[in-house]
Amino acid sequence: MITKRIIPCLDVKNGRVVKGVNFEGVSDVSSPVELARFYSESGADELVFYDITASFEGRRLFTEILREVASAIFIPLTVGGGINTTDDFDRVLKCGADKVSVNSGAIRNPELVREAAKKYGDQCVVLSADIKRVGGEFRVFSKGGREDTGMEAISWIKKCVGMGAGEVVVNSIDTDGVKGGFDIPMLEAVCEAVNVPVIASGGAGCVGDFIDLFKKIPNIDAGLAASVFHFGEIAIPDLKKEMKKNNIIARI
Amino acid sequence: MIAIIDYGVGNLFSLCSSLKSIGAESVVTSDVQTIENADKLILPGVGAFEDAARKLKISGMDEVIKTQASAGKDLMGICLGMQLLFEKSYEYGEHQGLGLLHGNVVPMEGAISTELKIPHIGWNALKFSKDSRLFKYIKENDFVYFVHSYFASDCDDSVTATAEYGIPITASVQKDNVMGCQFHPEKSGSVGLNILRAFCEGDI
Repeated sequence: MITKRIIPCLDVKNGRVVKGVNFEGVSDVSSPVELARFYSESGADELVFYDITASFEGRRLFTEILREVASAIFIPLTVGGGINTTDDFDRVLKCGADKVSVNSGAIRNPELVREAAKKYGDQCVVLSADIKRVGGEFRVFSKGGREDTGMEAISWIKKCVGMGAGEVVVNSIDTDGVKGGFDIPMLEAVCEAVNVPVIASGGAGCVGDFIDLFKKIPNIDAGLAASVFHFGEIAIPDLKKEMKKNNIIARI
Repeated sequence: MIAIIDYGVGNLFSLCSSLKSIGAESVVTSDVQTIENADKLILPGVGAFEDAARKLKISGMDEVIKTQASAGKDLMGICLGMQLLFEKSYEYGEHQGLGLLHGNVVPMEGAISTELKIPHIGWNALKFSKDSRLFKYIKENDFVYFVHSYFASDCDDSVTATAEYGIPITASVQKDNVMGCQFHPEKSGSVGLNILRAFCEGDI
């Protein structure tokens, strides 16, 4: 059977990784290539690169960096940030990305999901949704979680999957940064609604949180996190060992 | 020299990079002479079978590949490139493949439990069913990366490894000099690079 995936997410600004810390054997923690290699060798199953630059120059740098990473690391790469058109898909796919994650771009123009899925295949289109509870319902937020779109999250996700999104990243704003564990109820609601892979994001603070996630939601596919990996709070080999101990299928 | 056959489908960046990283010289080409002069051929591919088969035909690459493979040149199909090696595909209709291997490509839908997600995306373990030179540097149960919704069926004579996804899914095939992987060796970490290394090395 397929393994549960562990996915570190790297934020890149002006060609450098934001929020890196010192790992043994990594001389430059803000080098995307070095960090990607480190994670790949530690057993990461996939990497997500998130471009948080807004400038044209920054974007050009990002694609250069992506090309460098994709020349050196041979595991699946997902790219997000600033994806608004199919030209943006083209730009990152040509540099070695395997999947492209859309968030605000899809909120502005939902047809982007359909167009991209038709052109590059469903497996290439990842819907990323920032979700927060508002008045008893799950609400989709845009602009990095700052703006309430007013849309109910589960129906939004279903709509995008219907249009061809082949994978969904659910980022709970409610649990993000708290390090108290993933948002189990929110993730369960999404997993029940769609039959494409669902990736949990937001809230991981320790190895146990991942174990909890995979035990409580057997059909969740992957756990994604950023700072707990970057700050060395969770080492991927330890996490994989613990998964195996708990009979969760992992690639070791 | 490895010739990666270019017929206008797919993104070859990672495949070229992975070959480069193992020290194999490769060229992406649709030039008949370059293909004839190459030591080995790789047939890549992503997307829909019908479109890819049509592009192979229009470009004349179908005949070139068949001639080269019949003459004994090593050929490896990857993902859709592997599926194209078979006789037929039932992806949205019925379409002819290259017919270098016996068997058909059929949808996973209906063949596996409805509880399993389609496409089959992710890392799955290889179960060997027959020896293949592609396995020279890897071992059984090594994980490789899959992304597909259709799989090769009725091809017992060529299956060398399967991956369990409700049922055993054809993961790799070989018949003499013609071989293929349903998974993506160029995205399967060090295991994938070792499969490419074994192919490029070519001692049987």
